[in-house]
Amino acid sequence: MRKFDVLDGLVAPLDRANVDTDAIIPKQFLKSIKRSGFGPNLFDEWRYLDVGEPGQPVAGRPRNAEFVLNQPRFQGAQILLTRDNFGCGSSREHAPWALEDYGFRALIGPSFADIFFNNCFKNGLLPVQLPAAEVEVLFQQCIANEGYRLTIDLAAQTVTRPDGVALGFEVDPFRKECLLNGWDDIGLTLRHADEIRAFEDRRKSEQPWLFR
Amino acid sequence: MHAQTLYDKLWTSHVVRQEADGTALLYIDRHLVHEVTSPQAFEGLKLAGRKPWRSRSIVATADHNTPTDHWERGIVDPISRQQVETLDANIREADVLAYFPFKDARQGIVHVIGPENGATLPGMTVVCGDSHTSTHGAFACLAHGIGTSEVEHVLATQCLLQKRSKTMLVQVDGVLGPGVTAKDVALAIIGKIGTAGGTGYAIEFGGEAIRGLSMEGRMTLCNMAIEGGARAGMVAVDDNTIDYLRDRPFSPSGAAWDQAVAYWRTLHTDEGAQFDAVVVLDAAQILPQVTWGTSPEMVTTIGGAVPDPAEEADPVRREGMERALKYMGLAPRTPMAEIPVDKVFIGSCTNSRIEDLREAASIVRGRQKADNVKLVLVVPGSGLVKRQAEAEGLDQVFLAAGFEWREPGCSMCLAMNADRLEPGERCASTSNRNFEGRQGAGGRTHLVSPAMAAAAAIAGRFVDVRQFVQ
Repeated sequence: MRKFDVLDGLVAPLDRANVDTDAIIPKQFLKSIKRSGFGPNLFDEWRYLDVGEPGQPVAGRPRNAEFVLNQPRFQGAQILLTRDNFGCGSSREHAPWALEDYGFRALIGPSFADIFFNNCFKNGLLPVQLPAAEVEVLFQQCIANEGYRLTIDLAAQTVTRPDGVALGFEVDPFRKECLLNGWDDIGLTLRHADEIRAFEDRRKSEQPWLFR
Repeated sequence: MHAQTLYDKLWTSHVVRQEADGTALLYIDRHLVHEVTSPQAFEGLKLAGRKPWRSRSIVATADHNTPTDHWERGIVDPISRQQVETLDANIREADVLAYFPFKDARQGIVHVIGPENGATLPGMTVVCGDSHTSTHGAFACLAHGIGTSEVEHVLATQCLLQKRSKTMLVQVDGVLGPGVTAKDVALAIIGKIGTAGGTGYAIEFGGEAIRGLSMEGRMTLCNMAIEGGARAGMVAVDDNTIDYLRDRPFSPSGAAWDQAVAYWRTLHTDEGAQFDAVVVLDAAQILPQVTWGTSPEMVTTIGGAVPDPAEEADPVRREGMERALKYMGLAPRTPMAEIPVDKVFIGSCTNSRIEDLREAASIVRGRQKADNVKLVLVVPGSGLVKRQAEAEGLDQVFLAAGFEWREPGCSMCLAMNADRLEPGERCASTSNRNFEGRQGAGGRTHLVSPAMAAAAAIAGRFVDVRQFVQ
């Protein structure tokens, strides 16, 4: 997994609540058996005016000029500002894959849906949770200032605004460690293989009907 | 020992080890696998030179991409076909407990086939790369959806890295009125707590109305826990649970059955155990529900009307309502019972079990689909459900009314196969998500119970199903 330590990135504001993973990456693109290549179809139904199909080149497709990611000033954005309950619905990891493939490295919002939140950490994508009032200020500043950038320092657990104000955020210590080091957590778990085996043997003797 | 919640018991009995920060390795008993979220996990496993830890924990099927008609043609879409063939290849290499491939007599939606085969048993941890895994909590399991990286983690280690959830009790007191079903209870709960109300929680559903539900009804309810933001929903074991599991193919038998039942009887919240949050509803106040917007929390009763965003004080919520009404093509204050429908979908992991089909058929019997309704799809949840329904003559009831009777699969719940809405089409659907584009780009979904969907097909618009049952 790609490491995440410090990110200084352009910010794009997605000003709607309850953005679901069907919207992040529509179902027709889930037929792929690969982990990559989802970026061009991120937010497909909002970015394009036609209905996209897997394998179809996006170059010639009509774009929705009003959608935030189609506006010239947000090209190259690496941080997505979101509202409440971002990533709700389907557990599809294709959602963080699409965000990451598009170029996002971090998300900032007041709340994220559980499964999506968890999936982000497995893909080097940092979801930063801040109080709604602080997120509101970020939205206002981002919309008012072209080229608005934020600096996210994972080790220090801060988001620093252009005006120098640093906002602290919470992050699970284990997930932080994995992201900072780019660790593969399967490798970490397998260090405890003996304990897993012992647990399994005990379970087998106590509830044999679970093992057939 | 101090009083424990059902969640506490399930959690504690699966912790292999726990770090000082609370991160635990949780042992996984059952791994359900389908074609959409598993290929990258199997590929990752191979690339790392790893083998499945315990492939006998796996029950697999193809459900999302599979067509619901003309099975003799196979899977026509080449990309869908490749995904299903990839599952075939991955599963056939492993020694799994059960695989129900495309066209198998027991193939079906992964959350229908697990329980009906007795592969979902009380006290288990159950995971699947699918958010509706919460369904299995109806059997007092700790069951939740996971992403593909976690599918790979479970394949490789038989464990998940987890932190304990907070606990919420949703208690539904009293008795449900006629024509009011588990689906209405689920939607009413989501209407009350919101789609993020359960974020960070595992929900236990309890109270007289829940004890009165069949296992099918409990599965409907737990299925929708995720639409309330909770990854896991669960119901304590009682006689209904045990009666349902007796003599299922993978249920224990003989002495093991007695031993299992004795343990299962302990799977309930102890007297005096504390929850982090408690929500109470009165069953008598729950009426047939219909969603009006693009999130399951945008819901009202059949006697209600589309709300007016102008009356919403919060600007983010108001804008969300305005966007939803524009997408749904609805004007504020329109009575729900005046909204016509173009298509009706009866199916999905929420509502495709035998009881759901019986409930729909009871409304349809002797009646005809309205002329303005272009298509009514009835998609049973599995091959076993389909055969049971046919043995009871339910297929003939649907066909006589002008409905279509299809082969099992996820179908138009998420429209990965050919079953979908066209832009602007309005659907009464027994599925679980009314998100923009969920049933097809530009499609407009209203979530309802099977009885309400059947009634809408007959009336050509949403209608109070209680007019049919009384």
